[in-house]
Amino acid sequence: MNLHEYQGKTLLKNFGVAIQEGILAHSVEEAVNAYHELTAQTKSGVVVVKAQIHAGGRGKGGGVKLAKNLDDLKTHAGNILGMMLKTPQTPGGMEGPGKLVRKILIAEDAYAPNFDACKEFYVSILMDREQKQNVIIYSTEGGMDIEAVAENTPHLVHKEYIDPALGIQAFQTRKVAFNLGLSGKAFKEMTKFIASLYQAFVESDASLFEINPCLKTADDRIVAVDSKVVLDDNALYRHPDLEAMRDTDEEDPTEVEATEAGLNFVNLDGNVGCMVNGAGLAMATMDVIKLSGGEPANFLDVGGTADAARVEQAFRIILKDPKVKAILINIFGGIVRCDRVAQGVIDACKNMGNIEVPIIVRLQGTNADIAKKMIDESGLAVYSAIQLQEAADLVTKVLQD
Amino acid sequence: MSVLVNKNSRIIVQGFTGKEGSFHAEQMIEYGTNVVGGVTPGKGGETHLGLPVVNTVADAVAQLGADTSVIFVPPAFAADAIMEAADAGIKVIICITEGIPVQDMVKVKAYLSSRPVRLIGPNCPGVITPGEAKCGIMPGFIHNPGKIGIVSRSGTLTYEAVDQVTKAGLGQSTCIGIGGDPIVGTTTKEAVELLMNDPDTEGIIMIGEIGGGMEAEAARYIKEFGTKPVVGFIAGQTAPKGRKMGHAGAIIGGAEDTAEAKMAIMAECGIHVVQSPASIGATMLEALKQK
Repeated sequence: MNLHEYQGKTLLKNFGVAIQEGILAHSVEEAVNAYHELTAQTKSGVVVVKAQIHAGGRGKGGGVKLAKNLDDLKTHAGNILGMMLKTPQTPGGMEGPGKLVRKILIAEDAYAPNFDACKEFYVSILMDREQKQNVIIYSTEGGMDIEAVAENTPHLVHKEYIDPALGIQAFQTRKVAFNLGLSGKAFKEMTKFIASLYQAFVESDASLFEINPCLKTADDRIVAVDSKVVLDDNALYRHPDLEAMRDTDEEDPTEVEATEAGLNFVNLDGNVGCMVNGAGLAMATMDVIKLSGGEPANFLDVGGTADAARVEQAFRIILKDPKVKAILINIFGGIVRCDRVAQGVIDACKNMGNIEVPIIVRLQGTNADIAKKMIDESGLAVYSAIQLQEAADLVTKVLQD
Repeated sequence: MSVLVNKNSRIIVQGFTGKEGSFHAEQMIEYGTNVVGGVTPGKGGETHLGLPVVNTVADAVAQLGADTSVIFVPPAFAADAIMEAADAGIKVIICITEGIPVQDMVKVKAYLSSRPVRLIGPNCPGVITPGEAKCGIMPGFIHNPGKIGIVSRSGTLTYEAVDQVTKAGLGQSTCIGIGGDPIVGTTTKEAVELLMNDPDTEGIIMIGEIGGGMEAEAARYIKEFGTKPVVGFIAGQTAPKGRKMGHAGAIIGGAEDTAEAKMAIMAECGIHVVQSPASIGATMLEALKQK
């Protein structure tokens, strides 16, 4: 699950991580109130207006603006709220439709009063799959695309692995601060920042923290100017407060509906929908669609039960996409018997009346032959197959027809 | 011969009296697996499915001579169950449970690193040595005793491969479902290595998916030490970057995570890479003939 910048910062602050302070606003009016409240605290008239969407690179699309006074603030807030913000990370990138901005963060200007005395760093924490340990990745090259830094100047990207049994040690926080070239007060602040950040990461069951930039201010404080936080879905059961932060406005509406129905669904761009039991087989089925001349319209794992109600839900979700020209159902019946799945497909088709796209049903495993017979004799315009290759050939055939 | 489990394994089920545990333990017993009992804390002394229930894994080792455990406990308690089994001296732990928090598995891996134990899974279908022992949720009847070892991160896609192997007139030595999570107890390379050293395995099928570097590591091992034909497939050739495809571990982060990159490395290392999952069985048959 992804958090917005403002939600991530709230999480960090709760663990004692210093952040660039800010106030959330949903309208220009709220933005004006936030401006007054914030500037009263900071004694500066300058603020930053930041679009809150689930995508990085917001500045590139005009989603982050400096407001030097109240008039500036009104202009920027008015422009950013409601805009379709395109960033390199929104669907389709800078050429895509962009994402609707529903809220903005009015944030302090952390670079004041002396921009030149500030220094931007990069800090992230994630679980390294190869080492099976959490790792802190950090660099003096803050505010930039870290993948480019790692590619061009790998010696500037440092890694610190954390022993899972012991947690982070003081010497490790010192190592980070030294490698970032800090001394004096800023050095001390950085060791505290790293220790608190790591604690927040572990205790919130995060799978990614990315603080870019992490800023050394003119008065030698260390603050998180941005936050990207991704939480482990499997651990949300122990963090109901964090789960409550889920913003379904940022997610694909069809995917939200599928999740509520207990289906594991990812919307894609292609023309052949699919319904499969098991994640690996679902991915493999998408590959089969591609090799057969189509493009997968979705990933859909219906899980262990494929009865009529579930199959019908899955059909409705797939058919919401007008690009879908055919549907391939691929079920390997193990514990689930194929004849039951076949009955589910037949009932769902009858309940739904006229499904206009061709349906190919491939049922393999327990009672596959009985299932094929049931489909063939149902009178429905459904193609049936037992072998995976037969199903692949049928996809090619219906796309050509 | 086979690897990990056989007819002499003394198998217990953790989460024995629960819904999932009961259902699958019954299927395992029906298959002929040597299940010697089960663990459910607080229900020690009872009998379930005609077998003894004990309170702790330590009791299962002491009283029932258990050496293998299959775990069906819910995700919130599964990491604890794995560590309990390791502490009790279980040699092979097979964790079926899906949905264990990653940070729990980070701790489990650290805990297991100093103990003489092999963990398979979590989030896996289990391990089967056809005709001898079925330790997991896979349908037994599609398997056939034989000479092909299978290693896979997926459940139903493994059944697909098994079915193709059986229909090609071959059978399986041992099928190892290593699991779809970002952290698994046994990596692709470790599972391949077990099968490479098994005298009764003549060919290996290795099924991977997008995300992580396990297949590349296994491929490099095969290039250097491989003595048997290996057929490989990577699911997710059409998966988009940055989206989790069902399995917690199936997500493309960097360029090396893609199916394309993995297949290229595997082909370079002498693995018979198939583009279509429909041709796994036929390719294995061909590869054995070339040997």
